[in-house]
Amino acid sequence: MIADLLSNFWVALVAKLLLVALAIPLIGMVVGFGEMKLSAKMQARVGPYFAGGRWGWAQLLADGIKFFQKEDLIPRDADKPVFKFAPVVVMMGTVALFVVIPWGPGLIFRDLSVGIFYALAISSLTTVGVLMAGWSSANKYSLIGGLRAAGQMIAYELPLVFSALAVVIMAGTMSMQGIVEAQIEAGYPFVILQIVGFVIFVIASLAELSRIPFDLPIAESELVMGYLTEYSGFRFLFFFLAEFANMFSMSAIAVTLFLGGWYLPGIPADALEYLGPVILVVKSLILVFAMIWFRWAFPRVRQDQLQSLAWKWLIPISLANVILTGVFKVVL
Amino acid sequence: MTFDTWISEPSNWAFSVVGLATLLAGFRVVTAKNVVHAALFLVGAMGGVAALFLLLSAEFVAWALVLVYVGAVIILLLFGIMITRAPTGIDETLSGDKRALPGVLAVALFALITWASVEAFGDATLATIGDPTSTDTLGEMLVTRFVIPFEVVGFVLLGALVGGITIARRDLTPLEEEQRGGLA
Repeated sequence: MIADLLSNFWVALVAKLLLVALAIPLIGMVVGFGEMKLSAKMQARVGPYFAGGRWGWAQLLADGIKFFQKEDLIPRDADKPVFKFAPVVVMMGTVALFVVIPWGPGLIFRDLSVGIFYALAISSLTTVGVLMAGWSSANKYSLIGGLRAAGQMIAYELPLVFSALAVVIMAGTMSMQGIVEAQIEAGYPFVILQIVGFVIFVIASLAELSRIPFDLPIAESELVMGYLTEYSGFRFLFFFLAEFANMFSMSAIAVTLFLGGWYLPGIPADALEYLGPVILVVKSLILVFAMIWFRWAFPRVRQDQLQSLAWKWLIPISLANVILTGVFKVVL
Repeated sequence: MTFDTWISEPSNWAFSVVGLATLLAGFRVVTAKNVVHAALFLVGAMGGVAALFLLLSAEFVAWALVLVYVGAVIILLLFGIMITRAPTGIDETLSGDKRALPGVLAVALFALITWASVEAFGDATLATIGDPTSTDTLGEMLVTRFVIPFEVVGFVLLGALVGGITIARRDLTPLEEEQRGGLA
């Protein structure tokens, strides 16, 4: 019955859209709550405690409802259409990334043959949204934040692409399912031979996500939240959810490229159908945990350190990694 | 092909909608009264062109367009505009009054490209409609049949890179060099 309904293109489309529309706030809230509680633990605080009765589990739900009640403030000098549209563009980039994340064998919204290439291309929409937000706020802090975000994302896009390219050379395909299957066939996750690529990918995705130690575009202590300064209410909520959902989806892509995706050795193939999503989510949440951990372990880098790290170190190393991987692939 | 058969094909509907949106965005790029708005309409136009490539089953080209133009070129463009001058509001001085010659040139260029395309391809049909061109085939073509243009483009980009550095860099005067204590 359900299979019959889902074979209809339009029904399947609506079902998929609903699934993503529910999944993104849910993932955003889980990651956001994790960040609150873990940050508190690392600073010897308690963190959210009362909302929901136990552990403060409903804190993010309460926050979300609070954002909806707030007034939708728009500065008088702001460029209104651009200001209003910027959070939507950021959210579009976030949602579009979920299209190619493989959750299990055959469980993917669309297994594009250019999967990873699509993911890297579509995530640049987020940068456009951030620049729109920074400029249209008509605020110096916002503009500087937007410019920093753009400079940072241009610099770190290259190492991100190059480290993914090395994996594509190893797998011989750009399809996300194909990359997972190549790792199953090879018998080891690509991180073993691509440890350099993995480290570069994680560093570059931290920068793309504007997470500490690369949070210069937001930098609360100097830019009062950068491009987010003028946003309030549900538009702020959009940026907020997109940030946490992006943390998860970047981790899921890193897991797919380097850590074997939904596969775990020793689990029978028919059980993977159901356990695949669980394995992927657990692996991704481990990476998300590392990102939150970094936040309290490292200080913020300076702008010149940020740029020289990308251009003088990460890009040459990742290029050398691509060449070595190519040689390795041809020789073996 | 009669109009009835043309209109009954859903992909033609998609083509018309996307094509019109792209044209509109392109038109707004040149008529917008704010330079940042113009750049943002360019994002829309590029997205429209990428969607047209998708309709032609050229998946790789479509996403390459998004990655290179939306992800890099337009972001650099916006970055450049915003770091120099980017007032919000309307800038009346943005449109020049010399419109006849550029208009003629634009029409001539359009005619030339149309003529060249029709002359070269005519009634040829795309064999791969509905079946995305595989990236393997594309890569192989690029380093076999089209290797010369590929390398030439590489040289042009290298030239642009060297030119860019030459324009942007400024040699220090002897006095400045002394001030730096020769450490630079």
